Amino acid sequence: MSDSKGRFGIHGGQYIPETLMNAVIELDEAYTKYSKDPKFQAELRDLFNNYAGRPSLLYYAEKMTKDLGGAKIYLKREDLNHTGAHKINNCLGQALLAKKMGKTRLIAETGAGQHGVATATVAALLGMECVIFMGKVDMERQALNVYKMRLLGADVVPVTTGTGTLKDAVSQCMREWTSRIDDTHYCLGSCMGPHPFPTIVRDFQSVISKEIKEQMLEKEGSLPDAVIACVGGGSNAIGSFYNFIENEDVQLIGCEAAGRGIETKETAATINTGRPGIFHGMKSYFCQDEYGQIAPVYSISAGLDYPGIGPEHAYLHDLGRAQYVGITDEEAVEAFEYLSRTEGIIPAIESSHALAYAMKLAPTMDQDKIIVVTISGRGDKDCKAIARYRGQAIVD
Amino acid sequence: MIAITDAFKDHKAFIPFITVGDPDLATTEAIVKAAADNGADLIELGIPFSDPTAEGPVIMDADLVALEAGTTTDKVFELTKKLREDGITVPFVYMTYANVVFSYGTEKFAKRAQDAGVQGVILPDVPYEEKGDFDPIFSQYGIDLISMIAPTSEDRITRIAREAKGFIYVVSSLGVTGTRAKITTDIAAMTELVRAAADVPCAVGFGISTPEQAREMAAKSDGAIVGSAIIRLIAEHGRNAAGPVGAYVKAMADAVHGIK
Repeated sequence: MSDSKGRFGIHGGQYIPETLMNAVIELDEAYTKYSKDPKFQAELRDLFNNYAGRPSLLYYAEKMTKDLGGAKIYLKREDLNHTGAHKINNCLGQALLAKKMGKTRLIAETGAGQHGVATATVAALLGMECVIFMGKVDMERQALNVYKMRLLGADVVPVTTGTGTLKDAVSQCMREWTSRIDDTHYCLGSCMGPHPFPTIVRDFQSVISKEIKEQMLEKEGSLPDAVIACVGGGSNAIGSFYNFIENEDVQLIGCEAAGRGIETKETAATINTGRPGIFHGMKSYFCQDEYGQIAPVYSISAGLDYPGIGPEHAYLHDLGRAQYVGITDEEAVEAFEYLSRTEGIIPAIESSHALAYAMKLAPTMDQDKIIVVTISGRGDKDCKAIARYRGQAIVD
Repeated sequence: MIAITDAFKDHKAFIPFITVGDPDLATTEAIVKAAADNGADLIELGIPFSDPTAEGPVIMDADLVALEAGTTTDKVFELTKKLREDGITVPFVYMTYANVVFSYGTEKFAKRAQDAGVQGVILPDVPYEEKGDFDPIFSQYGIDLISMIAPTSEDRITRIAREAKGFIYVVSSLGVTGTRAKITTDIAAMTELVRAAADVPCAVGFGISTPEQAREMAAKSDGAIVGSAIIRLIAEHGRNAAGPVGAYVKAMADAVHGIK
């Protein structure tokens, strides 16, 4: 009888067409082999340190801390990685793995464009062909990233189906993969999809929490009281949480995009408004209607504009180990502006969701408490959209 | 009692696919009746899904048209029941996605499908490894979960075939649904593996649109499945599609039934 793999509690699994099954089985076997291979790990570490610029800084945001007048705030600066976001961690890992498997072509979906840029970058570095699928709406929202991907040698294919956003790009990537498997690896960008992707992506991103732990012990001699990260599919959050799951005193908080509010239909807050479902290869929580039709979600942030969440987050939620809160567009934009003004750091609008919650939480905590916020990416790509949100037009 | 095996009893089977509610439920009713009257041996009824990841653009569009027209899973059950009440006896198989069933409640779905007179369900995003969520519950209600095999299945075919129920859906080519000029997969080799493992009919789908292709595919298996070519006819003729679909089904069924 059946033998379901890659479960996180009831979540996860491999809900994909038969055509792809041997491909994910092959990937699982290769990953199992290489994840234990010291040579592979050394190569990856070398790429992390000498190409991506790891370890990323753990920065004490002193002005922000004093201004908010509560817990001490540290920022994990994934925005300082090469390509400007945490996405590079996963792309380096997966591309290296794909190369070992003899694949010569990478395909990937992208929402905000950060994962697309990171994939295109790594493809250029490792000499692989690259095709990025991006929703047409997102291509308009993130035109600069489209240019960058093409500059790096990737083909960018507009996805016009459905809402023309991240979920449609994922669907189109899956369709593309079923038509060309032999030479192609699907470099999935978040801790979602069919097994082994949620595990592979989490492992490659867990370098974030590994470093936070080491850096905290060095700077403060103790672990943080709370770790906060934004969640779309949830890769920077699972990376930020993973090594702290065993430390039960460390509060783990994922910030979902509430869009115009979780009480409205214009939201992408999956845990807060969704229910269990099966989609994009996994069992997890999804925004959907009463008949299981996937909801057309909304957020100002193209990277969080996704109707599902990775299965490990769904499990951490079920266990009560992590908590998931909704942050509105307005709150995120205020945090975006606040960090720019206060610390001279322009955060990605995605990461601004995590910052917004930290701004609410810090004043309620004692001054001897510590919060770590993961700044998953830099905000250059968002300036135009935020200016528009504030009623200003930026003309090049 | 209507059974899926009825479809393969007398000759090779021709199996049309129709998205329920495209362009509306009344038209679907007329199309299904026309298909049954013109020689369809089994009919796949598509319950529309917002994000059908195994479909090409033609069926994707049909799903969206059907949803925009207000089609729901409950309305699909009602229409199916009405077709049975009107005397249509061809076996029916629902084709939809895991979330449509899971979200409805798998047991409630199975119960209503049985009540509506359906014999099987195809879920293209539920492979062998995940069928435990659905198969045991469907079985309790006399519904067969149809297994699929693909050109990439290789060593998996034997295992899948041994536990297969109703018939095996042989995916002819890599990629998604949609018409293809040529099918290059060695279908005969796949069906031989199935036959060595189990006594279950095989029907080939994905990419078939002409009587010649249907004849060729059915000759190497037990039947041919056609989706996108029919959906395209429906898109072209809209509410008047029953006539053209009936004529198309007749030509295709004649081609398939003529195989010795």
